[in-house]
Amino acid sequence: MCTLELRNLRKVYSNVEVIKGVDLTIKDREFVVFVGPSGCGKSTLLRMIAGLEEISGGDFMIDGVRVNDVPPDKRGLAMVFQSYALYPHMTVAENMAFALRLAGVPKPERDERVMVAAKTLQLDALLERKPANLSGGQRQRVAIGRAIVRQPKAFLFDEPLSNLDAALRVQTRIEIAKLHNDLKSTMIYVTHDQVEAMTLADRIVVFNAGKIEQVGTPLELYHNPANLFVAGFIGSPKMNLIAAEVRSSDGRTSVLTLEGGSLFSVPKALVPGQKLTIGLRPEHIAVVAEGGMAGRVEVVEHLGNETIAYASIGAAQPLTVKLPSDSDVRIGEMLHFASRGQTASLFDEAGSAIMSPSA
Amino acid sequence: MRSSPLQKFIVAVLGWTVALLMFFPVAWMVLTSFKTEIDAVHSPPLLVFHPTLANFTHVIYLGNYLGALTNSVAISLGSTVLGLLIAMPAAYAMAFFPNRWTKDLLLWMLSTKMMPAVGVLMPIYLLCQRSGLLDTLSGLILVMMLSNLPIIVWMLYTFFKEVPGDIIEASRMDGAGVLAQLRVVLLPLAGPGIASTALLSIILSWNEAFWSINLTSVNAAPLTAFIATFSAPEGLFWAKLSAASTLAVAPILIFGWMTQRQLVRGLTFGAVK
Ligand SMILES: Nc1ncnc2c1ncn2[C@@H]1O[C@H](COP(=O)(O)OP(=O)(O)O)[C@@H](O)[C@H]1O
Ligand SMILES: [Mg+2]
Repeated sequence: MCTLELRNLRKVYSNVEVIKGVDLTIKDREFVVFVGPSGCGKSTLLRMIAGLEEISGGDFMIDGVRVNDVPPDKRGLAMVFQSYALYPHMTVAENMAFALRLAGVPKPERDERVMVAAKTLQLDALLERKPANLSGGQRQRVAIGRAIVRQPKAFLFDEPLSNLDAALRVQTRIEIAKLHNDLKSTMIYVTHDQVEAMTLADRIVVFNAGKIEQVGTPLELYHNPANLFVAGFIGSPKMNLIAAEVRSSDGRTSVLTLEGGSLFSVPKALVPGQKLTIGLRPEHIAVVAEGGMAGRVEVVEHLGNETIAYASIGAAQPLTVKLPSDSDVRIGEMLHFASRGQTASLFDEAGSAIMSPSA
Repeated sequence: MRSSPLQKFIVAVLGWTVALLMFFPVAWMVLTSFKTEIDAVHSPPLLVFHPTLANFTHVIYLGNYLGALTNSVAISLGSTVLGLLIAMPAAYAMAFFPNRWTKDLLLWMLSTKMMPAVGVLMPIYLLCQRSGLLDTLSGLILVMMLSNLPIIVWMLYTFFKEVPGDIIEASRMDGAGVLAQLRVVLLPLAGPGIASTALLSIILSWNEAFWSINLTSVNAAPLTAFIATFSAPEGLFWAKLSAASTLAVAPILIFGWMTQRQLVRGLTFGAVK
């Protein structure tokens, strides 16, 4: 059992508030991912949870008990650091057994637990090596193994994959997902990579500038972003965000004038003259024979499984469109684009969502 | 950056010049210690002379060389061990839990070394006198430790800074208290640095003269005070003084020579691997 509860948590570094009141409940066995741009305070918050960073304000509860002032090792949480932070002078086995040794666990039991973890992570052949003689991926697994051996109430990961190359990152990501399935323990995982967040999380917490922007399952965030920030952050390639103004409304549908002059109708009553932002996912845009948004193709990226085209429609940003891989669009071509189905999001001037696709 | 043969040559010449300049007084001292008092003050200075061991026998039999040697060893080791015991936790706290005052504190500590020691001679002397520490080993160990403490803390701080903070934090998560962190993580990782610091502290204490001469007379006099007893206001004493000095620096020279690799690493503050 491990429920983590954050109540109005704050962190102030010499007069600068970097965590500005975070409320969040993490359920038992849940895999929660903190995602957000660099410097938004994800690591700081994770370190406050771990006990490595003092909590400036608010309450942090583990299973209903306030632990603000409990030292890190007494919280029963294990952390996997971005730098792995292995003890360079100890072997893999000693690294993994270190916490147990400090806790006074007898040697036979220590060896047993290290062996079990090592088997799970395919480290059993490396137990006598020093970290300097391991590859990046192996070090990463030792760092995870060191956490597993302790049988913690919850695992904390701080950007554990960011020092690995792309191929290894995907592989390790899958292993971490499998690990969560096997161990069935609570995990908090920090990353700035929204793909990692989408693939791993039961629930994603999107941070920006020390505050939560939105909490939800990957698909909730994808389909119903609460605001412009989440809309722009989740999804790859990024959602097209185009400034628009309401031209007319008949009580059921409204017609918008997009920046650049194209017209776009949405199934919602709006006040003519209202300024807003429309959000269109690249994968929800199709090429049509006529009408819609007209634009000249500027860049084409053939990725094999799909083709991404960037077209100038007169707006500040080019329109990103995801097309089938066999699409034969060419640079300089003039095309018409329309949204497939009712798949636009609308945001008011303050950036809050006022309409989500009815998907 | 690659250097040309000419640059290498110039650097080598400069290096040798500096080394010879620094070595000359020591060499002259050793040379003088084997001369008679008359030869020692001969003008022009003699390079060729009949060597004699008379000065050494004189110094060893009339002075208390062994006693002073024992005191020097006790004071150097004692002040170093005590200094490390105090400086390690201090440097640990400053390296891994810095706050907005850490940098100022470090500078302030070093600034105490910029003040001439005479400035506090009176208060320290009186403090030692009142607490019965004058001319005692413990008194000198204490004063020597205090005078080297800023340098020890600085050096340890620099070495501890090189240990990644993540590793210390990982050990905290693993349940290591402060002592366990020092013993199981910091000591092995910063071991060479700690050794260099200890070596430097031993050498500084060994060569320290000001406090040794002012705070001791007979019982706790180390080698530096022993040398001073051979400088007389009148008469010829240069050869004997040189013999005493040679005897005083010989142990630390040998010690320094044996540990020079550690020392160089320590004095360059880890800049050279
Ligand atoms: N020890 C510190 N002192 C002052 N500011 C800090 C400290 N640690 C982090 N910060 C600031 O807090 C903010 C959040 O940092 P961090 O949690 O590391 O961000 P993230 O992990 O999301 O990239 C940053 O602006 C950073 O500069
Ligand atoms: Mg971070």
